[in-house]
Amino acid sequence: MSELFRRDPRAQWIARNRLHPLHQTLVIGPVFGPSGLLRKNLHSIGFIGPNGLKRIDRSGASNDSGQGSRRAAAASDVILPLHQVLEPAFYIVVVLDLVSGRLNGHDKDTLGLAQQLANRNGGAGAVVAIAFGELKDDSLDKAGVDRLIHLNDEQYYHYNPEQRCNDLQVIVDDLQPQHILLPDSINGGGDIGRRLATKLKQRPACGVWKLNDDTVTCRGSAGKSDITRPLSKLLLVMEECSEPISETRHENIVISQDASQFSEGKLIDQGNISVDPNAIPLAEAGFILSGGNGINDWPQFHHTANVLGATEGASRVAVDDGNMPRERQVGATGTWVTAQVYIAVGISGAIQHMQGIGQCEKVVAINTDEGCDMVKRADLSAIGDSTEILTRLVELVEQRKQTINGGATNES
Amino acid sequence: MSHDNLSVISLVSIGEHPTSRRPRRAEQDARAIELGIKLAGENLQTLHAGELSDDASQQTALRSYLGMGLAEMSLLEMPAQADAVLVIAEHLKQKTPDVILTGVRAESGESSGMLPYLLAEHLGMAMVTSIADILTVDEVNQQAEVLQALPRGQRRKLTVDLPFVASVDMAAAMPRQSAFGPAMRGQLETAMAGSFTDEEASDWQTTDAKKRPKRLKIIKAKTAADRFKAATAKASGGGGKVVHGVEESAQAIIDLLVEEGLV
Repeated sequence: MSELFRRDPRAQWIARNRLHPLHQTLVIGPVFGPSGLLRKNLHSIGFIGPNGLKRIDRSGASNDSGQGSRRAAAASDVILPLHQVLEPAFYIVVVLDLVSGRLNGHDKDTLGLAQQLANRNGGAGAVVAIAFGELKDDSLDKAGVDRLIHLNDEQYYHYNPEQRCNDLQVIVDDLQPQHILLPDSINGGGDIGRRLATKLKQRPACGVWKLNDDTVTCRGSAGKSDITRPLSKLLLVMEECSEPISETRHENIVISQDASQFSEGKLIDQGNISVDPNAIPLAEAGFILSGGNGINDWPQFHHTANVLGATEGASRVAVDDGNMPRERQVGATGTWVTAQVYIAVGISGAIQHMQGIGQCEKVVAINTDEGCDMVKRADLSAIGDSTEILTRLVELVEQRKQTINGGATNES
Repeated sequence: MSHDNLSVISLVSIGEHPTSRRPRRAEQDARAIELGIKLAGENLQTLHAGELSDDASQQTALRSYLGMGLAEMSLLEMPAQADAVLVIAEHLKQKTPDVILTGVRAESGESSGMLPYLLAEHLGMAMVTSIADILTVDEVNQQAEVLQALPRGQRRKLTVDLPFVASVDMAAAMPRQSAFGPAMRGQLETAMAGSFTDEEASDWQTTDAKKRPKRLKIIKAKTAADRFKAATAKASGGGGKVVHGVEESAQAIIDLLVEEGLV
């Protein structure tokens, strides 16, 4: 049912016309008589019970939804049609990147291409998605996953491409898929795909961005040429190679699979190392604390960035005034940033600056002016003096660090 | 950090300028050489497989690697379109290097980035992709610590068994400048190599890269009102949360940071 409220002109006409025989049934809500007194329509109270008698329940326990609920604001989710593959004629294997356990756009595009390959020429193939490690996403069925193999041992929480490649070899031997698709990304897909290619002795098509009938178009020469070549078994696909699935639901049946036996690993993951946040190029920094004209206490700003572990940015005014170096400038005239969280302190939001932060996911504004453009754009706005708020924020972060460290020592 | 007994080979290719398409020093290969010089100093060996033109000006791109301070470079002569993997693998089998450095992908040709993986498979070595630095090499335990470049400027430390193949990312240290004099004086030791023609690739059609179509925002609205709203509504109508007061503000910000896993 649409959530749109539709006018019923006839019902409205009846409601206006007190002489109409159906008038009483349509009038709800308080009615005031000509003298201004509230008139209660006793005929519209209550409901007809099972034995045909009128019942009035004054306890309020039952909701007499006789005729009152005409405008059911049913915000019901649209249930997409289910695409079922009962007897898969063949399999298409997709290895998901799953950055921090969630599907990203690249994964969804890869699944979209896999569904295209599974269903072309009237084929009834099933798309088998392979997920390693943590899987937080619950929208796999809407992204086009017919079958799911989830390997979730402790070892997959680390970087172990050799083990993963070995697992994939076992799965490929087992399922004999028609095609194997991986995102050609730096988040792991490109690496595992190439390892798998050498193990399977298959020549992969790398940088695939378009599927024609029996050929694919790939980017070659580091992005300077297009190579059209026959469709190969192993495809490493680029982002936006295909439209993601959006009009069907899929079964997402879990196929159980154990980790393969593999002990010849030559790589050992020693974990990520801490990086100086200001050494990260501004364009690829994930967390930016940016200062503007509203900052009076710059040493405190630098201290806050240090405590938070954020990369420092600045608005043009802050740079022009000599408070920050030119390479820290964010905006159309400086660097276009892609941060996950961008905190703008004392920046009102000139249009050039807003363009520069267009790709940021979460924007936090700290400003004294509630009406400024930055506050309109921000997901969270703190109105107040920036110095006080930053001081309090630093205190809270340090408290939190202490409790985490204290908790860790208590446990161990 | 110079290791005298360590055998380090850096593989170089001829790069291609993205705009002018002139041959040049490939950026990632130059970084690989820089890393190799840091690791092995004078003992760094350099290898190129490809065609050698008689014209000196055509050799400039290749010689610019010599201009980084290398005395000589081995060159395996083969037709430009032939498959380099087998040629290089045959050559390296006799050399038994400890570390092989390459770029992540070539700047011309198919540039699939498969070469380091295939070499590692042929030679039975470990493979590390997109490294930014080699921290230590322990020749006694036959292990090395390398720093791998991750998205968003992050770094991961890996321990890898020697011998290994590593592809060097753009995040590695900038290469030194190439000096013209040493580049011209450097020796190119050519050797004829077998020719393995890449028959599969001969059927492929290569054209200049077309601009990829920009993905449109597709509006799947069922009703006219929804379509109208989608077409006219402002993009930034998010309506974020607004908080007042110092304590509440700081708390709200830290909650958001915790939710995003940043503190």
